Amino acid sequence: MNVEILKKTEKPETETMILNMGPHHPSTHGVLRVILELDGETIVKATPDIGFLHTGIEKTMENKTYNQVIPLTDRMDYVASLSNNLAYLLAVEKLLDIQAPPKAEFVRVILTELTRIASHLWWVGTHAHDIGAMTVLLYAVREREKLLDIFELVSGQRMMTSYFRIGGLAKDIPEEFEPKVREVLKTFPDKIEDYENLLTKNRIWLNRTVGVGTISAEDAIDLGVSGPVLRACGAEWDIRKSNPYSGYDEFAFDIPTGKNGDVYDRYLVRLEEMRQSLRIVNQALDGIPEGDFVERVPGVVLPPKEEVLSNIEALIFQFKLVVEGLSLHRITQR
Amino acid sequence: MGLEEHLGDGILFTTLEKAVNWARKSSVWPFGFGLACCAIEMICTFASRFDLARFGMEVTRASPRQADLMIVSGRVSTKMAPVVRQLYEQMPEPKWVIAMGACASTGGVFNNYAIVQGVDKIVPVDIYVPGCPPRPEQLIEGIIKLHKKIEKESLKKKREL
Repeated sequence: MNVEILKKTEKPETETMILNMGPHHPSTHGVLRVILELDGETIVKATPDIGFLHTGIEKTMENKTYNQVIPLTDRMDYVASLSNNLAYLLAVEKLLDIQAPPKAEFVRVILTELTRIASHLWWVGTHAHDIGAMTVLLYAVREREKLLDIFELVSGQRMMTSYFRIGGLAKDIPEEFEPKVREVLKTFPDKIEDYENLLTKNRIWLNRTVGVGTISAEDAIDLGVSGPVLRACGAEWDIRKSNPYSGYDEFAFDIPTGKNGDVYDRYLVRLEEMRQSLRIVNQALDGIPEGDFVERVPGVVLPPKEEVLSNIEALIFQFKLVVEGLSLHRITQR
Repeated sequence: MGLEEHLGDGILFTTLEKAVNWARKSSVWPFGFGLACCAIEMICTFASRFDLARFGMEVTRASPRQADLMIVSGRVSTKMAPVVRQLYEQMPEPKWVIAMGACASTGGVFNNYAIVQGVDKIVPVDIYVPGCPPRPEQLIEGIIKLHKKIEKESLKKKREL
């Protein structure tokens, strides 16, 4: 046997390998290309190449009226469309200096918290699926469908609801809304237990999430990271507490935080956030006040149909609003 | 029923074309390929409630080399377009394409510089499924329409694209 070759194999010289991942990839959710530099099976460098889903939404918004933009906000983060609607509308309402009525605020809180749950479910499901736990995806999608049923009940659409409008809601909540949400509140906590049983102590899950993708709290803040990813780093920061909107200061809920800022902590934070969201929904559902579902500001919100048919002013407002759209300039002048 | 009556059990006559098309339409393997919002509804169609396995389609293939059907689920940006085209070319014949949703069909609400105004500009499309996004039932309807189309295809003639 050639001794030289044997010596070489005993102490192999390693060099890194470049591997292209994406933009189409077996675990693609959204399209991203990452150029990976591998040392064996360890990634030593990752260079992302973004823009495969660049949609030009801001540019499209530029020549739309304020109401026409709402459907576009649905399609920005499409697993949490109602939250996008709310963020945009709060800005528009601030510009117009109008306030949604209490009933609309409560319904907005309920639906955005349900959206948060739906979004977290999608994260848990697809992430577990990528790691090889197909069951979790099927369970998570099953529960998400219940939430989509609620969105469909109020708006007629499963995903792109555009249900929140300037000054309140698109229409009143139907009678079946409350029992449907109550049913979710009753059944969903057990389902979170199911995910915990499947994942939290699962050895494969632990191996692939603990210590992976660690971000320190300082780095996260410097990079502008927010949401559960930031909270998993240990920073106790939540816009619902630090700068409350839509009456969030009236509800009791905790901010779950992690310690290590790795994928596992993000998973734990998200699971706990789902529980906290249920708490908020429970309180909000008990306290939905009576009243109108939209603040009827003339020239901003469409007048009720009966008035349009009987009142010339209302007819003009409807006509102007539909044909010209909302003019911020005119409103602020009044 | 004709000649089969005089033969033993389990013998049927048909044309080769029908038999092949029947086999093809009964187990179309879709390409596991998601682009945007419609991909979420597409995954819902595969998952627990709608269960595309009922149509012999639960095997999504991660590699284009093993896939028969490309479901273009969502908006195709100008940067993504060459990738979609390449993936289509990597799929072996026979292959089919479903344009899922308004964006893949026509550009949808995004009539702007970034989005390809209909994926049929880069790959031949068999079925257009309207909706923004289409409900899972709508996608299933599109798939059933595709099955009907596959049943009528000719083995000898090259498919008109």
